[in-house]
Amino acid sequence: MALYSDKVMDHFLNPRNVGVIEDADGVGEVGNAKCGDIMKMYLKIEDDIIKDVKFETFGCGSAIASSSMATELIKGKPVNEAMKLTNKAVAEALDGLPDYKMHCSVLAEEAIQSALEDYYKKAGLKDDEKAL
Amino acid sequence: MKVYADNAATTRMSRNAIDTMVKYMEETYGNPSSLYTIGQKAKEALEEAREEVAKVINASPREITFTSGGSEADNQAIISAAALGAAKGKKHIISTAFEHHAVLHTLAKLEKEGFEVTLLDVHEDGIVRPEELEEAIREDTCLITIMYANNEIGTIQPVKEIGRIARAHGIIFHTDAVQAIGHIPIDVEESNIDMLSASAHKFHGPKGVGFLYARKGIRLQNIIEGGAQERGKRAGTENVPGIMAMAVALRDAAESMSETSPGMRARRDRLIKGLREIPHSALNGNEELRLPSNVNFCFEGIEGESLLLLLDQKGISASSGSACTSGSLDPSHVLLAIGRVHDVAHGSLRLSIGEDTTDDEVDYIIESVKEVVAYLRSFSPVWRDLESGKAKHIL
Repeated sequence: MALYSDKVMDHFLNPRNVGVIEDADGVGEVGNAKCGDIMKMYLKIEDDIIKDVKFETFGCGSAIASSSMATELIKGKPVNEAMKLTNKAVAEALDGLPDYKMHCSVLAEEAIQSALEDYYKKAGLKDDEKAL
Repeated sequence: MKVYADNAATTRMSRNAIDTMVKYMEETYGNPSSLYTIGQKAKEALEEAREEVAKVINASPREITFTSGGSEADNQAIISAAALGAAKGKKHIISTAFEHHAVLHTLAKLEKEGFEVTLLDVHEDGIVRPEELEEAIREDTCLITIMYANNEIGTIQPVKEIGRIARAHGIIFHTDAVQAIGHIPIDVEESNIDMLSASAHKFHGPKGVGFLYARKGIRLQNIIEGGAQERGKRAGTENVPGIMAMAVALRDAAESMSETSPGMRARRDRLIKGLREIPHSALNGNEELRLPSNVNFCFEGIEGESLLLLLDQKGISASSGSACTSGSLDPSHVLLAIGRVHDVAHGSLRLSIGEDTTDDEVDYIIESVKEVVAYLRSFSPVWRDLESGKAKHIL
């Protein structure tokens, strides 16, 4: 059996939503280079809907595939739904990950959450500005 | 193009080794311990193989014990030397931080049993300093175990110097020569090597067979108990086909070495030169004192496993010291031992060419690695930070 499922290999070899959103509404970065995985997510949000999402990842095949799959799972979704994305959902959508690679899907979940938190923070600040 | 560039992991068996193996499976299949003709024929063959192997390293046949491979030989050598030391109340062992795990884990086990282990620094160039060995020697040092050449970065250790120092102090010197034997000349007499481990599949022999050389007078401890095979030091019916194939492969490797080495070195250097063109990359280990087959690089801003998977897509088989390829969180202990920081060690690539690797294949590797590294960097947040000045380049 191969190390990874066909789905993982597909998302690794043809990652979806790779890149940067310059004027992102939310940016999240998790992981550290010391451990060998860093994921960065960029979100463009309009009317509480994730209009666009891009990622950059430094990491192994399953880290890249997990990032790619996570972006696909939240694109076009309402923010509150994206907030509920779990690592399990990412791993399942990839037809599973080897046990010792599950942390890659956790990182994807955390990267999305971190970007959403950044969005909330920025949105909150904007509201404050309006209040002034 | 298909390029196998992981000869340090294992090699393809030579035609001669395969034919020999088949011959001993089909024809001379008797048990060497049996008294009838076909058994005795196998026994004779076994002793011829022992002679052949001994000759290559300038040992005598009685000093060769056949094992299941390099790991078993390392285990047996270290445990035996430790037992001899313990009997004299000497429980200090000197080794290096970048030994193979077969050595390091055996030493860790001995530490739990009360041995003290000093691991010598291998410096940035991956070479042990003899003067530091000299300084580390104590009254109770019973063993020096230092590899002949490193399995990841290919650096060749000053074995002759080490042997001279060990002999002067009357300490047993074991060397894990798994990567070196069959690739560079080894003479246990000239280098004062007391024990040496070897594995057949690293020089175009079969997997699951190797040998331990132990100088006459060094009493071996059994790792496997049972029958009286291998002078009672290694029980179990001998792997005759494997041993015969190993002997043939080793003889062929030793005979062709002087002919194949210069070409391999030239292709290795061509590969190093080509990969150096990749910005923010660095060769790991001393450039001169290295195996003719080994090239090991670190590339900033990328991770090794994804590099390997993409190279595999291009038909290139290689390996990496990235944590993701080892199943642990830490990158290669070898790269850490030569002072590479984690971030950089994750982006390592080992290419180990063979005797038959061509210039065209080398060029294809260079071109492919350049392409894949550039691609992975194009969406690496680490690389972005390095390029934007947010983080500092190390390489």
